[in-house]
Amino acid sequence: MNKPDINSEAKSDAHVASLEPNYIGVFWWLVGLTIAELLVAVVPIGPMYPKIVQAALLIGLALGKAGLVALYFMHLKFEKRTLGVIALTPLLICTLLIISLLPDLTSTPRASQKAKAAQTENAAEAVAELP
Amino acid sequence: MSHATIHAVEAHESPLTPESWGKLGMWIFLAGDAMTFGTLLAGYGAIRAGALDWPVPAEVLGIPLTGFMTFLLICSSVTMVKGLSAIKQGNVERMNLFLGLTILGGVIFLGLQAYEWTHLIHRGMHLSSNPWGNYLFGTTFFTITGFHGAHVTGGVIYLGVIVFRGLRGKITKEKANLVEIAGLYWHFVDLVWILVFTFVYLI
Repeated sequence: MNKPDINSEAKSDAHVASLEPNYIGVFWWLVGLTIAELLVAVVPIGPMYPKIVQAALLIGLALGKAGLVALYFMHLKFEKRTLGVIALTPLLICTLLIISLLPDLTSTPRASQKAKAAQTENAAEAVAELP
Repeated sequence: MSHATIHAVEAHESPLTPESWGKLGMWIFLAGDAMTFGTLLAGYGAIRAGALDWPVPAEVLGIPLTGFMTFLLICSSVTMVKGLSAIKQGNVERMNLFLGLTILGGVIFLGLQAYEWTHLIHRGMHLSSNPWGNYLFGTTFFTITGFHGAHVTGGVIYLGVIVFRGLRGKITKEKANLVEIAGLYWHFVDLVWILVFTFVYLI
């Protein structure tokens, strides 16, 4: 009966370990991005830092973190391309869903109130410009 | 046609043919689940964009607590990959230790979520009402975080079964694939929380 080659097994284990991504490095990136998110969220909103900029920054940071988890912890970076296509499909469909919701968002009470406020402002400016 | 011929045909049958059918199955399940979460978050965005009296989440919800919960899930993802790494090297004890830590992270997360919910309910936030503004604030909050919490609970049970099998000697280096598939689910739960934390708590 053949004895298992302990040396080759140990080498193979070391090979497995060397093939792994740097999980601790990814962990520190995730922690750093989370801290960045919290900082972006606590900075007060103002004319120099509008809500839309804050939201865009937060979404960008969250997508970056989600990408790190998918690519390194879920090993998507090292998988077949077909698995990547399966993983990206929901993202594509959800993006289409959001685009399809846009007409609804532009006809909501908030949107119509903003439009009304802008109209009133324009009307007031027009009156002020009258001789 | 012989068996060998059938296998040869199957292996080249489709570009989808993976190294592990279990892994492919889990990815397809996660894609479906991602669409459910995506729909919930898109619906949340649409409702919030249309509401005039939506409360500022950071003023009502506990950001430091949920920030810590996010950190906890990130840590549990690291222990999960360390557990997978251990079983790939044939070290079942180390795998059990790391998966045990992952389960602990999940249980603490659920405990903190229960604390947060209890606290908010005592302050008057319910499914159909809350003292701060639009009534759908509570509805969307409890639905989205509750759905995610159910996934964490499922993950804790799933990993518990893996550890139980590991303790009985039924998980070996050759079956590392089972741990990898369970890990995919756990990391997905972490990934979804990253998005929930941003959309529901921070924005």
